[in-house]
Amino acid sequence: MRDGKELKPCLSGRGVTKVFGFGDAKTVAVDHVDFDFHEGEFVSIVGESGSGKTTLSKMLLGLISVTEGEIDFQGKPRDISNGKKKKEYWKGIQAIFQDPFASYNMFKRVDSVLLDCINMRGDKNLPKEEKERLMTEACSFVNLKYAELTNKYPFELSGGQMQRLMIARIFLLKPKILLADEPTSMIDACSRATILDMLLKLRDEINMTIIFITHDIGLAYYVSDNVYIMEHGKFVESGPAEEVILHPTAAYTKRLISDVPKIYEPWDLTTV
Amino acid sequence: MGKVMLEVNNLKTKYVTRFHEDVYAVDGVSLKIEEGKSLGVAGESGCGKSTLALSLMGYYFAPLHYISGDIIVDGRKISGMKPDDVRKNILGNEIAYIPQAAMNALNPTQKIIRFVEDVIHAHDPKMPRKDIYDLAKERFQILGLPEEVLQKHAVELSGGMKQRTVIAISTILSPKVLIADEPSSALDVTSQKMVIKMMRDLMEKGFIKSMIFITHELPLLYNVTDDIMVMYAGQIVEKGTAKEMVFDPLHPYSKGLMGSIIVPEEGVREQKLTAIPGTPPNLKHPPEGCRFADRCPYAQPTCRGMKPEVIELPNGREYRCLMSERKVREVYANA
Amino acid sequence: MKNTIKQIFHSGKFVTGFVIFLAILLTIIIYPLVVAKDPLAMIGNGNFFKPGTYLSIQDTVNSGKTYKMNVDATASIVESKLTMDNRSMMAEWLEKYGGVDASEIDVTDAEGLIALWEEKYDPNAEQKGLIAAKKKKYQRLDNEIDGILEDVPTIIAEKNEETGELEEVQSIDSKQYINEKDVINRQNFVLGTDNFGRDVLTELISATGSSLKIGLVAGIIATVIGLFLGLLAGYLGGFVDNLILFFTNLFTVIPSFVLLILISYSVGESQRGIMMVALLIGITAWPWTTRSVRSQVISLRNRDHVNLSKLSGHSMLRIVLTDILPYVASYVVMAFILQISSGILAEAQLSMIGLGPATTKTATLGLMMQWATQYNAHLNGAWWAYFPVILVIALISFSLNLMNTGLDQVFNPQLRD
Repeated sequence: MRDGKELKPCLSGRGVTKVFGFGDAKTVAVDHVDFDFHEGEFVSIVGESGSGKTTLSKMLLGLISVTEGEIDFQGKPRDISNGKKKKEYWKGIQAIFQDPFASYNMFKRVDSVLLDCINMRGDKNLPKEEKERLMTEACSFVNLKYAELTNKYPFELSGGQMQRLMIARIFLLKPKILLADEPTSMIDACSRATILDMLLKLRDEINMTIIFITHDIGLAYYVSDNVYIMEHGKFVESGPAEEVILHPTAAYTKRLISDVPKIYEPWDLTTV
Repeated sequence: MGKVMLEVNNLKTKYVTRFHEDVYAVDGVSLKIEEGKSLGVAGESGCGKSTLALSLMGYYFAPLHYISGDIIVDGRKISGMKPDDVRKNILGNEIAYIPQAAMNALNPTQKIIRFVEDVIHAHDPKMPRKDIYDLAKERFQILGLPEEVLQKHAVELSGGMKQRTVIAISTILSPKVLIADEPSSALDVTSQKMVIKMMRDLMEKGFIKSMIFITHELPLLYNVTDDIMVMYAGQIVEKGTAKEMVFDPLHPYSKGLMGSIIVPEEGVREQKLTAIPGTPPNLKHPPEGCRFADRCPYAQPTCRGMKPEVIELPNGREYRCLMSERKVREVYANA
Repeated sequence: MKNTIKQIFHSGKFVTGFVIFLAILLTIIIYPLVVAKDPLAMIGNGNFFKPGTYLSIQDTVNSGKTYKMNVDATASIVESKLTMDNRSMMAEWLEKYGGVDASEIDVTDAEGLIALWEEKYDPNAEQKGLIAAKKKKYQRLDNEIDGILEDVPTIIAEKNEETGELEEVQSIDSKQYINEKDVINRQNFVLGTDNFGRDVLTELISATGSSLKIGLVAGIIATVIGLFLGLLAGYLGGFVDNLILFFTNLFTVIPSFVLLILISYSVGESQRGIMMVALLIGITAWPWTTRSVRSQVISLRNRDHVNLSKLSGHSMLRIVLTDILPYVASYVVMAFILQISSGILAEAQLSMIGLGPATTKTATLGLMMQWATQYNAHLNGAWWAYFPVILVIALISFSLNLMNTGLDQVFNPQLRD
């Protein structure tokens, strides 16, 4: 769709379901969802808290098991049955999490995160200078200075800086898919734009598929090609961002949009 | 011009850390709010927004300390009063304060009506319970909260409902100033809208005479408050009406903030968002000259040496920059 | 890390506890270097000698150098030599036959009593109702008092081997003194002796050392077991978690002290050395550490930095060691401190009921308490045999708990003031 390129499926799911607990305490967090994410696509999954979007993201990452349904990765059924296969899968899919302060091991220096990535790429035996060059390159991609980060601990960075470093990590690993789980919700409104722009840059420069999970429909509209709206574990509406957000059909989507403050048109407060 | 409800002159407060270092979190803030008006405070985290909210209450406890300046609520000076007097005579009936996590303040073992009684009895110990109940019932009805809530425990209410209940309880004495510090940030969009609606209702029905609303969500401020004030590094950098501030910011910092607004409306996708590089300065040792100079894309060498004073424009707008208004517009047009 | 240590030493509570503990520790280390005494040597021949310096009488007499001093020692001599029995006898006579009013008689004032006696006592006075024997007794008392008042030198005599007669060697009067330092043979018991005649101070310091050793070993064992099981249960979850939790709960509901008593008893007295007791205390004390480590690990397990570590392909062992252990470390240190303290208390309790380390080679605080109780130190008024022991146990617990609270305040920001 973008630049007329042919769409290659990257990650797709059929009837993906997650059930927590059993018997009377059973809760269906994700309820038979189908999706097709294509290569180089920026997809947003939008829903309020409790809609199951984080559970879905954990399933896509392979951090929790899928109760029912199938997930295809690059056209083939995903196989993460043992540790080795999981490691291989994680070379193709990576994540950025919501809370930058919880994403770092506070006892490790921040540059160890980048060093881990180089080792994971299989470049463990590169000379030290080459490793430093790679890390410097990754940092400059996110407008950070590598020299200023060495020997720093996570608590010495701001939330925005931490989240940018997470993007630098993705830049080093260059996975096929990046799953960004509310990467901007814990940071200041004015640092949001930076993070979003960097995600777009990843997509444009590396042709990465970005799955952007958010509760803010405005953000989804700003960045995404396609949007999936999620309510109570189900997708209620999906399609190109312009279409879904400017001309919503599902009642839930309409409500989400009307509940967000506007600046160009009056915000109708009577419909609550 | 309406009656001035809250007047603050050159207020300075500081935090004292565990290692006895001073952090000047509010450094010379002056503002005025008239009856029936609301003021929004915007800025990044670490700019002193929340500290300003705490300082305005006049109720100081460690690690926050008062240095100087006046706080005048409806003609009554509260800065310099004893903390106990402030607590007994000011908080609740003159100034009400709602922090972000206010809903977590409800004791889960008590019925909601008990909190209403607590608030009223703190100022009028003799009021009979029945009168309190009637008052609360009426107030809840006007604000669109079901009456049954009064007989429930906090655990039975949803997050948004709890937050709205807390707001209704803290304004039950019709305070002159309501200070709301990110009252809706932890909530879902739908609950957020309900909270915003309630704050609007409070103003319209006259249950509060004026309001200070603190948040980093600019579209919210635009929709809720009459005026917006932008804080940076403990100081006010710009103040103006909501419309002016969002569509025509003068200070480079406000411009950066306003450039990051994202709303789901047509045309937003085509906009280029701006971002402010860097982080706010450490307030233990604020920079010598303009505090924003290090992050300002238009900074000149003089900015680092000279302290900018507040410039007041004829239409009442204020901004703190070394550039004149004409210069600012020129620079922005060329950028 | 550096900052944390700085904060810890800013906490008044921690520092107070640390200083007390350090003082105890230093005493244990330094005292044996200065005083080379066998802590269990039975020096006193008899039990519960009161605290003080004991001088050899022979040495005192033969010290050679004497000093004359013009000090009137009558008052103190009278005071010390007139026994309480004699005083009450005097008072009784004076009241009944001397015609003195009861209110004028003060048995605590020896000199006044004697002056009254000298004035009133008359062996020939009418003493109605007194049998002859009693009269004689009063006469003897009168003579005795005369003897006390008289300043007669003490004569030291030696038996002449040839003649078999006593020959005066030395005559000592009341004005003659010797310097304490000239007496070579003396024993200094700062805290007296115990029932076996051992020096309580030396014994106490050695016992504190053994008790701390027991606490430390028990604490290490309990913490290592608790930490290992807690990490395992918390991180793996599922069946392993259920199994470990089952045993933990089992151990928690059986009072560990009862368990300790049963095991100690079945191990048998001959097997119970210091290390054995420490081991027993350690293997009954781990459940609390396990439970709390487990719950902490469960909340950490789903944190994003652990997920990220997984996504980076790190092995389970590496994740547990680098991403989880450091986060629970502060808690484990606190639990360890409490385990030491409760280990020492558990040893004291066990020993009190006779199930402590059965050894005659070392003393522990608990054993000292047990000996003091068995030989009725409290009935004999021998406070020095048990009170210092109680004080040391209390001080150790107090200092360790204080350190724990201090650490808690640093690691748990909610508790900071």
